[in-house]
Amino acid sequence: MIAGRAPGLLRRIFRANQVVVVIVGFLVVWQVAGTIFKAPPYLLPLPSAILAELAARPKIYAINGAYTLYNTLIAFALSTVIGVGMAIAIVYSKFLEKTLYTFLVALNSVPKVALAPIFVLWLGTGDASKIGIAFFIAIFAIVVDAVLGLRSVDPEMLDLARTLRGGELKVLLKIRFPNALPSIFAGMKVAVSLALVGVIVGEFVVSKQGLGHVILVSQGVFDTTAMFGAIFVLAFLGTVLFYGIELLERRLLPWHVSHRSQRASTGH
Amino acid sequence: MGGAPQRPAKIRIQGLNKVFPAENGDFRALSGVDLHLGDGEFVSLLGPSGCGKSTLLRLIAGLESITSGSLEVDGRSLDGPPAGLGMVFQRDVLLDWRSILDNVLLPVEFAGGRRDDYVTRARDLLVQYGLAGFEDRHPWQLSGGMRQRAAICRALILDPSFLIMDEPFGALDALTRDELNIELQRLWQTTRKSVLFVTHSIAEAVFLSDRVVVMATRPGRIVETIAIDLPRPRDLAIRETASFGRYSAHIRDLFERHGVLRTKPS
Ligand SMILES: Nc1ncnc2c1ncn2[C@@H]1O[C@H](COP(=O)(O)OP(=O)(O)O)[C@@H](O)[C@H]1O
Ligand SMILES: [Mg+2]
Repeated sequence: MIAGRAPGLLRRIFRANQVVVVIVGFLVVWQVAGTIFKAPPYLLPLPSAILAELAARPKIYAINGAYTLYNTLIAFALSTVIGVGMAIAIVYSKFLEKTLYTFLVALNSVPKVALAPIFVLWLGTGDASKIGIAFFIAIFAIVVDAVLGLRSVDPEMLDLARTLRGGELKVLLKIRFPNALPSIFAGMKVAVSLALVGVIVGEFVVSKQGLGHVILVSQGVFDTTAMFGAIFVLAFLGTVLFYGIELLERRLLPWHVSHRSQRASTGH
Repeated sequence: MGGAPQRPAKIRIQGLNKVFPAENGDFRALSGVDLHLGDGEFVSLLGPSGCGKSTLLRLIAGLESITSGSLEVDGRSLDGPPAGLGMVFQRDVLLDWRSILDNVLLPVEFAGGRRDDYVTRARDLLVQYGLAGFEDRHPWQLSGGMRQRAAICRALILDPSFLIMDEPFGALDALTRDELNIELQRLWQTTRKSVLFVTHSIAEAVFLSDRVVVMATRPGRIVETIAIDLPRPRDLAIRETASFGRYSAHIRDLFERHGVLRTKPS
């Protein structure tokens, strides 16, 4: 029985730590290939060198990483709250759907990164411009997915709600909003990555701190290893943020279809 | 106007027409419908797909407005869903994110009642409908028949005087369907709610009803109303009796005369 289970157990361990296994595998391939082909360190340093750099100056990366993370989280929270609010307004107002939503969809096709310098002009060289540009880049994903989720309610469910005579606020709170949560979470997972992109772009334009700042400064002195050090921290932050939201989703929406099958397969 | 009806009217419909506007000519869904549902009466609407059964129910439930004619529920014409109405659809439309108990309590929350006042009643209903022990499960953990039972409990939680059921057992297997027919009959006999029940099963309609309203299509209309004088309570074996057979044969004959090809439930 135990022997029969062993492959299943291995598979389960792999699934639980899939990300870690894939990333470690990638780094090993990089290390081996870089050593064999003797890649010049000023172009592509070895992972071992990058990790050594991180270990040598942990404080620099921690402080700047925390700074970037902090702005990312603020921008992400703002885009989620305001984005869902806008989606509700759009779903309930034909006028806003025709104006605001149409405008947002049109604006979405503009390369928003190009607007980063404008945000610095408007909001100054401090945190506000980074948060501003990150918010601006991230909110589209939230609005689009939340509108989709709020709209895609079973019409019979809405009929039932009408016969219960509870008013539109109750329909929103008890039916439309919970129904939209899986879709909103899908938007949040995209938005959190975009918020990180936004903050880094803001830091590229002008900054005194942050991982974007570390990358720029390191580039100025040809310290490629330090650039990759910052990129490693960024990749780590992005991954943790994404899976953090996925974990939250699992906790809050155990009922959702995409989680049921996983439960069934890991359940026994 | 004829003589006063024996029972006060729950629903009174006269000369009702319903037209859905469409670009390539309007679509006449219901034409010249007269219907009376007495207080505490069990009436079935029976007819082929597309004859307007659901449309008629939606008009009565105040979800759709009539084109012409008159429609009164409890002596009043509607400008929205009437109070004291319980509704059951073919699909259970339970909310996936709520437990079965919380689904049953949904109408309480919409009506602004205190949840605590109804929890006991909700649990009792669930026990009565064979869902004891499933209160905290989620809809997707239940079979189709159990889900539909939960939907019936939800319709009953506020003790409505009037039930509208649109092919509630249409998606269930024959055995579950029989079982639920028995339960529905028991519910009706003990509570004497007014029930308007839609089906396209002749046997189901005859088994459950005081009267069967037979409808035909193009345009959707009523062709005959048949009083079912079979003793109650009825058990399933009544379906093999000669008098039951005569009602079924008569209805089948009506369908054939009105060019309804499918005279059996699919
Ligand atoms: N909202 C609507 N707009 C246009 N046509 C409709 C609408 N609702 C129903 N119909 C049409 O009315 C007819 C009757 O539909 P329905 O009442 O659902 O029939 P049944 O429930 O008897 O199968 C069908 O032909 C259907 O396509
Ligand atoms: Mg129908």
